[in-house]
Amino acid sequence: MRTIHTEGIRKSFGKKEVLCGIDISIAEGEIFGLLGPSGAGKTTLIKILTGQLTPDSGSALVFGKNAAAMEGSDRRRIGIMMDNFGIYERLSCMDNLLLFAKLYRLPPAAAEKALAEVGLSEAAKREARKLSKGMRSRLQLARAFMTAPDILFLDEPTSGLDPSMADEIHELILKKKEEGCTVFLTTHNMAEAYKLCDRTALLNDGVIVECGNPAEICRRHDSRCEMHIRLRSGQEIVCPKDARSAETVAAYLREDAIETIHSTEPSLEAVFMALTGRKLM
Amino acid sequence: MKNICAIVSKQIKDTLKNKAILIQFVMLPLIGAIFESTIKLENMPDNFFSEIFAAMHIGMAPLVAVSSIVAEEREKNTLRVLMMADVTPLQYMTGVGGYVWVLCMLGSAALGLSSKYSPEGLAGFLLVAAVGHLISIFIGAAVGMFSATQMTATSVGLPVAMVFAFLPMMAMFNSTIEKIARFTYTQQIKLFLARPEGDIISTEGIIVLAVSMLAALSAFIFAYKRNGLE
Repeated sequence: MRTIHTEGIRKSFGKKEVLCGIDISIAEGEIFGLLGPSGAGKTTLIKILTGQLTPDSGSALVFGKNAAAMEGSDRRRIGIMMDNFGIYERLSCMDNLLLFAKLYRLPPAAAEKALAEVGLSEAAKREARKLSKGMRSRLQLARAFMTAPDILFLDEPTSGLDPSMADEIHELILKKKEEGCTVFLTTHNMAEAYKLCDRTALLNDGVIVECGNPAEICRRHDSRCEMHIRLRSGQEIVCPKDARSAETVAAYLREDAIETIHSTEPSLEAVFMALTGRKLM
Repeated sequence: MKNICAIVSKQIKDTLKNKAILIQFVMLPLIGAIFESTIKLENMPDNFFSEIFAAMHIGMAPLVAVSSIVAEEREKNTLRVLMMADVTPLQYMTGVGGYVWVLCMLGSAALGLSSKYSPEGLAGFLLVAAVGHLISIFIGAAVGMFSATQMTATSVGLPVAMVFAFLPMMAMFNSTIEKIARFTYTQQIKLFLARPEGDIISTEGIIVLAVSMLAALSAFIFAYKRNGLE
């Protein structure tokens, strides 16, 4: 079942066309990543899908309904974490969540549960302004999780975080997927997209230039289709990815002669660069 | 109603930790009450300082507080989050405006109680204070909506508030200023408070208050239609 479906979304700000006909379809329980450099239109698309912006043309359906006309009951089925989604700096973590628990008509226990889920129980009474960047991200995630949403919209959820904190956020996102939640995330971090996403769309200047499973995209753009094998003897062998090579590799493996094997398929970054001539960052 | 209560509850917790806003509610009534009870000059009428500081409090506190709160929420995008949680602009403004109005009225009540008003005089004092605070809240909300940042709101709102707050005092010393000040709601409130006990508010006062209320409301609606709350 499709939870998000867009057709021909176009959006301009002044003379600048930010989205030029976006077609995507996201299935229930899928993690879909929108990968692109800053200014590619990722946040604009999230804003359209969450009803914060209306497209100039095209349709954006969430749960089969027009995203711009989402009502309260539908809004509660989506959780949003965006960089521009502020938190109350002078309120404690718990008070921040209690406010939204009241607005969503949830019991206070929902706030406690959300804080525990992101590992912030011990910082419950700490003012948001005294939190580290990683903890702030987790607090934003806790707010997004509080309504047990069916879809999570995450705009660059690990931007500016160190690798260990980013890993913690990744674990939380993967846990939500296991629970059946659909996740739509934007990132310019290819490793993140590769690790988390079932499918990824590469967005450049408002146009999707490639879409699919990250590993499949990389395989599709592997023009050399070779393996680089380094043997324990120091010898380096380059062989094509075919049946005959498989026999050679198997023979080396039986002899325990292989030190490393590398495939020549490009990274998502390299694919993006090949398709657009631009770097992702 | 639950959303409004949630906004008020949030605002109470926030203000207790926001000294810049908290001081607005306390400063002028406190100074006024201290002056009223400690300074006695020859031929000085009763409630001299209470009237001056009441007009200053009405012109300044709600305007600065509301403009600062609204602009901060806009700047930090917390208002957007509230709207995404199905808080309507009316609910938000009722919560914030109502909360500021109650706190300002508490300040005015404290000032009125520390003065030498009869029960009827105190009722009249509170009535005009209630109207005055409401006018200032609408002006403050308009300033907050026109300001992209809290700093802009302060640099625009404070001079506007100072004009309304200090004109009644300056009008006491300069007849030209007095003629201009008569068109402001704070001066009419000051004149109402200074009237002899038993006098009712003048027609001029009613007209100026009504026009000020309409103008403030129009500015608020214009700002909302043009910029919205987000």
